[in-house]
Amino acid sequence: MKAHTLSILVENKAGVLSRVTGLFSRRGFNIESLAVGPCEEPDMSRITIVVIGDDAQVEQVMKQLNKLIDVIKVSDLTDNERVERELVMFKVTADQGTTRAEIMQIATIFRAQIVDVGAKSVILQVVGDSDKINAMEKLLRQFGIKELIRTGRIGILRGTKTVTSSK
Amino acid sequence: MKTGAKLLIEALQREGTDTIFGYPGGSVLPIYDELYDSPLRHILVRHEQAAAHAADGYARASGRVGVCLATSGPGACNLVTGIATAYMDSVPLVAITGQVPTTMLGNDAFQESDIQGITMPITKHNYLVKDTSDIPRVVQEAFYIAGTGRQGPVLIDLPKDINTRSVKEPVVPEKVALRGYNPTYKGNKRQIDRAIELIVAAERPLIYAGGGVISSNASPELVTFATNLGIPITTTLMGLGCIPCDHPLNLGMLGMHGTEYANFAVTECDLLIAIGARFDDRVTGKIDTFAPHAKIIHIDIDPAEIGKNKRVDVPIVGDVKSVLTDMIAGLKKIGTCDAWQKKIKHWKQHHPLRYGKDNGCLHPQFILQQMSELLKGDAVIVSEVGQNQMWTAQYFCFRQPRTWITSGGLGTMGYGFPAAIGAHFARPDVPVFDVAGDGSIQMNIQEMGTVAQYKIPVKIAILNNMYLGMVRQWQELFYDRRYSYTELPPVEFVKIAQAYGIDGIKVESCDDVMPSLKAAVDCDGPFVLDFRIEREENVFPMVPAGAAINEMIGGHPRS
Repeated sequence: MKAHTLSILVENKAGVLSRVTGLFSRRGFNIESLAVGPCEEPDMSRITIVVIGDDAQVEQVMKQLNKLIDVIKVSDLTDNERVERELVMFKVTADQGTTRAEIMQIATIFRAQIVDVGAKSVILQVVGDSDKINAMEKLLRQFGIKELIRTGRIGILRGTKTVTSSK
Repeated sequence: MKTGAKLLIEALQREGTDTIFGYPGGSVLPIYDELYDSPLRHILVRHEQAAAHAADGYARASGRVGVCLATSGPGACNLVTGIATAYMDSVPLVAITGQVPTTMLGNDAFQESDIQGITMPITKHNYLVKDTSDIPRVVQEAFYIAGTGRQGPVLIDLPKDINTRSVKEPVVPEKVALRGYNPTYKGNKRQIDRAIELIVAAERPLIYAGGGVISSNASPELVTFATNLGIPITTTLMGLGCIPCDHPLNLGMLGMHGTEYANFAVTECDLLIAIGARFDDRVTGKIDTFAPHAKIIHIDIDPAEIGKNKRVDVPIVGDVKSVLTDMIAGLKKIGTCDAWQKKIKHWKQHHPLRYGKDNGCLHPQFILQQMSELLKGDAVIVSEVGQNQMWTAQYFCFRQPRTWITSGGLGTMGYGFPAAIGAHFARPDVPVFDVAGDGSIQMNIQEMGTVAQYKIPVKIAILNNMYLGMVRQWQELFYDRRYSYTELPPVEFVKIAQAYGIDGIKVESCDDVMPSLKAAVDCDGPFVLDFRIEREENVFPMVPAGAAINEMIGGHPRS
């Protein structure tokens, strides 16, 4: 069992996400993370799904995904050189004075941005891979994380290889 | 300007549809109004489930796409079992449902159900049409998707306002272009060559043929391939008829209620050639001990089936007909594995199907044998699900593809009678029999109204044992004869038939079997045969759940 990052190119039509996620839930797979958005083709969308399963199970789901009429291409990025990113926003308790200074110091180290400052809290935004985000979360926990929100993970292959519509 | 309903009917005609099975209701009124004076034949069933099964039976018997029509909400929901049945057996079906007007979608309007959402996991694809101008394209795509690649059901949900609205007639595309759907028909040359190498090297090869051979219309190629090389064939429940039952290479059905010799052959073969079959659990029994000594070649049009349940040595994705044609061309006659054939012949002689004949009771197997003798394979036989289905599979001698129609994957009781109605419209030239149990027939018995109304000459042969027989058999064998809720009180089916204006005979002795079957065939209209069979007859041999397929109950002592 390991985490697989699947990149799925789909028709931008109503119901597509439901068709895709339905194939996972039918098999009892829990989707770890999900990101959907427009892509380079105006009438298509790209979905990145992170799912934990053994290779054979994931291969079967990929084959089933390929059978969906609205799915144009499916790739498992897992064993390829790739770049993966997530964006996270932390709302952290921060009183004026030392706490806020300490938080800002952590933000600098992680190249995070402070996107909002209130009387009793700040919002930090950081982009990175899961390791970086997890490390930052650990450090911020001491101040009190009031709310945390992560986008799903997105991934792209390094080099010239692509996940595009030459199915 | 044309209404959506008119565009729909014209699109169906363009696809060559001649018969629709359906049931009207509020949201499909515009479509029914258009049907009223259209050349399309519409058969009014008595329950929407029957419309779906009838369209399915029509499709299986004809090889063409079947069409059913139902209203929104309950009508659409009643199609669900029929759609799931077609999905599991890869049957080309287009189901059209009415829907509440687009302005009310999602409001829990009267007779609203999200049928697109409900049928997502049981259709190959489905549509909710939101623009009248899309109707011709959607219908064209639906037929294309249903009838190509691995076939299956497609649903089109049509809101009422979409059907009533008039639009300028849209241009229909020349052909369907779907960038996400490109089935592979031609087998990969390298894999075919590898398969040929394995076949040449094999000493004990066996073909395991499934429903894919039938849906690909590849029976002639299969028989040529097997006879050229002297390779025996065992078929799945869905594959029966792809080789004549009495062909010397035919081993009959394998699996849970397969013949002993088929299951022995699987267990001892050194090469298993799976063709249009999917290693279903009812076939394989305990998967680890299925074909334990064999290398496996798997030919299937659906890449997702390959390696799904069993590791495969040579996968060939493609249309069975095309791949077999290539393989026949690539294989000159080779040695016919004499020792292997001799062994199989020995098994066939010493382990034939058998049942107790001597106690004077009416045995269902005898009825099927008589039916087989009378009809000589020149009929369409449809079954319900359970013991009736297995006895028919074992004892009726099928000689041609598409003459055996049964719910294999989903195992839908109540399938047979409506499917037989559909089969009649595909094959009006031959007798159509529904072999039923007293349990199954009561699941869609209301269709007696349909066959009576249209004088559809479907013959219903009820193997009446006053039990839900297959479940009772399991209770007898594995639950200490505790017959929990499987006994049914006697029903006079002939009287029910008579109430609908249908003829019938109750049959209680062996001597009356043949005359009653002849009476059924000679009757112009529908006919009911109520066979009062031996109540606790079992289907044997039987592989218990979780056992290897060569570990059968009710077989012969192993010689």
